[in-house]
Amino acid sequence: MIFPFLWMIVTSFMTSSQVLSGVINFIPRPFVFENYTAITQAIPVGRYFFNSAFVAVLMTLGQVIISAMAGYAFARMKFKGRDALFFLLLVTMMVPPQVNIIPLFYLIKELNWIDTYQALVVPGLFGGFGVFMMRQWFLGLPQSLEEAARIDGCNYFQTFFKIALPLGLPALATLGIFTFITSWNSFMWPLIVTNSDCMRTMPVGLAIFKGSFRETTQWGQLMACAVIAIIPVVAIFLAGQKYFIKGLMAGSVKE
Amino acid sequence: MIKYLQNILNKESVSSWFFIMPSVLGSFLFIVLPVFVSFGISFLKWDLLSSPKFVGVDNYIELFSDPIFYTVLLNTLYYAFCVSVLGVILPLILAVILDRKIKGAEIFKTIYFLPFITPMVVVALVWEWIFDPYRGVLNWFLMGAKIEWLYDPNIAMAAIILVSVWKLIGYNMVLFLAGLSGIDANLSEASKIDGASELKNFFYITVPVLSPTIFFVMIITIISSFQVFDLIYLMTQGGPMNSTNVIVYWLYNNAFEYFKVGEASAIAYVLFFIILGLTALQWKIRRKWVLHE
Repeated sequence: MIFPFLWMIVTSFMTSSQVLSGVINFIPRPFVFENYTAITQAIPVGRYFFNSAFVAVLMTLGQVIISAMAGYAFARMKFKGRDALFFLLLVTMMVPPQVNIIPLFYLIKELNWIDTYQALVVPGLFGGFGVFMMRQWFLGLPQSLEEAARIDGCNYFQTFFKIALPLGLPALATLGIFTFITSWNSFMWPLIVTNSDCMRTMPVGLAIFKGSFRETTQWGQLMACAVIAIIPVVAIFLAGQKYFIKGLMAGSVKE
Repeated sequence: MIKYLQNILNKESVSSWFFIMPSVLGSFLFIVLPVFVSFGISFLKWDLLSSPKFVGVDNYIELFSDPIFYTVLLNTLYYAFCVSVLGVILPLILAVILDRKIKGAEIFKTIYFLPFITPMVVVALVWEWIFDPYRGVLNWFLMGAKIEWLYDPNIAMAAIILVSVWKLIGYNMVLFLAGLSGIDANLSEASKIDGASELKNFFYITVPVLSPTIFFVMIITIISSFQVFDLIYLMTQGGPMNSTNVIVYWLYNNAFEYFKVGEASAIAYVLFFIILGLTALQWKIRRKWVLHE
C-alpha cells in the first residue's frame, strides 16, 4: 500500500542517469538533491505552490464562514421558507459537478474571470454539504448559552459570532480540513479556467510539466514535484486526522 | 439611525435572511441555475463563441447513433463495476482484520488512508512511473516482463482500475470500520460459543448485519466511479484506441477540445440521469442505514 509513496520519495533523490539506467535499485546512489533544484529552474514551482495554497486558504475560509452562518440559521432561527430552502440545498448535493462545468465556464468567461483567483475560488464556496454539516452540529448543541446572550442584549449577529461560532470550532475544523484538501487536489476546474503559467495550480502545473517531456521523461524531477505537491495535504491530514475522518463519514452523501 | 439598525438586527426574520443569503444565493447561481442552463445548451449547436443555433433533440439523436457513445458507456460501466466490487470486498476484509484491535491498527489505518487524500496528479505520476514498460519497477518485480501496461488496449483499463482501487481502499475501509463498531459484540460472541469458525462468523454474522453499510458503500463507490476524469486525463487520455475513454473524459473532450458544447451538454445530461437514479437509490438505503444505527 505504501510502496508507491516510498518509491516516489526514493526516485526523487536519484540522479537521472540512475533513473534512466533501467536497473532497479532501491537506494539512490549517489543521493542527490539535483531534481529539486532542476525543477525550480524548469517550471515556476514556487508560484504553482503559492497559487494552490492561496486558493485553498481562501476557499476554506469562505466555505467555513458561509456554511456556518447558513447552518446556524437553519438550526436555530425561524423564518419563512426555511424547510423548503434547506431541502433545496440538500438537493444540490445530488448534482454531479461535471454537469455544470460548461455553463459555469461560460459564466466565468462572460465575467472576464478566466485566469483569475476568483475563478478558482468563488464557484467552490457553496453547496449543501457544508451547510448540512454545520446545521447538524448546531442542532446538537444546548441553546442555553445563546439564550443567555440574547437576554443580555446581544443581537443575532453578536450571539452568532461571540457564542455560537466558538462552540462550533470542532465542526468548523472538520469542514475546513475537508475543504482545504478538496481544493488543493482539485484538477478539472483549474485546468479549464486557467491559461497562463503564472495562474496554474500545483496539480495542473505538474500535469503540464509531465506533458512537456518529449523524448525522455525525467522521472526524478517529476517525483520531486510530486513530493512537494503532497506535503501540505499530508501535513494537514496528519494534524487533523480525527476531524477529517469524522467529516468524511458525516458527508458521505456528497460522494 | 443606529437605533433603527439595532432593531433590524434584533428581528429574527430579517437576521436569518442575512445568515442564509450568501449560501442560498451562491448555491442558486453556481449550482441550481447551471443545471437548467446545461439542459438548455444540450438543444443547441454552439462553440461558446459564435451565436448558438437551436437544433431540438438532434444532439441526443446524434449521441445515441454514435458508436463511440456505446464504447464510452460500456467502458464506464465496466470501470464502475470492477472498482465497486474490488473497492468493497478488499476494504471489508481489511476492516474486519483491523477491527480486532491488533497492535498498530491506528498506523495501518493512516497508511491505508494516505492514497485517498493524495492529489490524483501525484497518484497518476507515481503509478505511470511504476507502470513504465522499460524502466518501471512493476515489470522488474514480474521478472523482467515486458508488459506495456498503459499502452496495451487490453490491459490499460485494468491498470487504471488497479490504481483507482488502491486510492479508494482506505476511505471505504473507514466507512466499514464505522459500521463494524455498531455491531453488537454479543452476536459474534454467541456464535463463537456455538462453535462457529471465524469464516462462518464473517459470512453469517458480519456480512448480514453490515449489509446496509455494504450497499451504501457500494453505491457511493459506483457514483464516484461514473465521474472518473483526472486519472484518465492524466494517464491514458482515453486511449489506447478508446479503451479507457469514459463519460466525463469524453464530455471534456467534446466541450473543451472540439468546442462542441451542445453535444457535450447532452452527454452531461445522460450522466446526470444515471447519477440521479443512483443517488435516489442511495438516499433510500441511507435512511435504512441511519435507522439501523
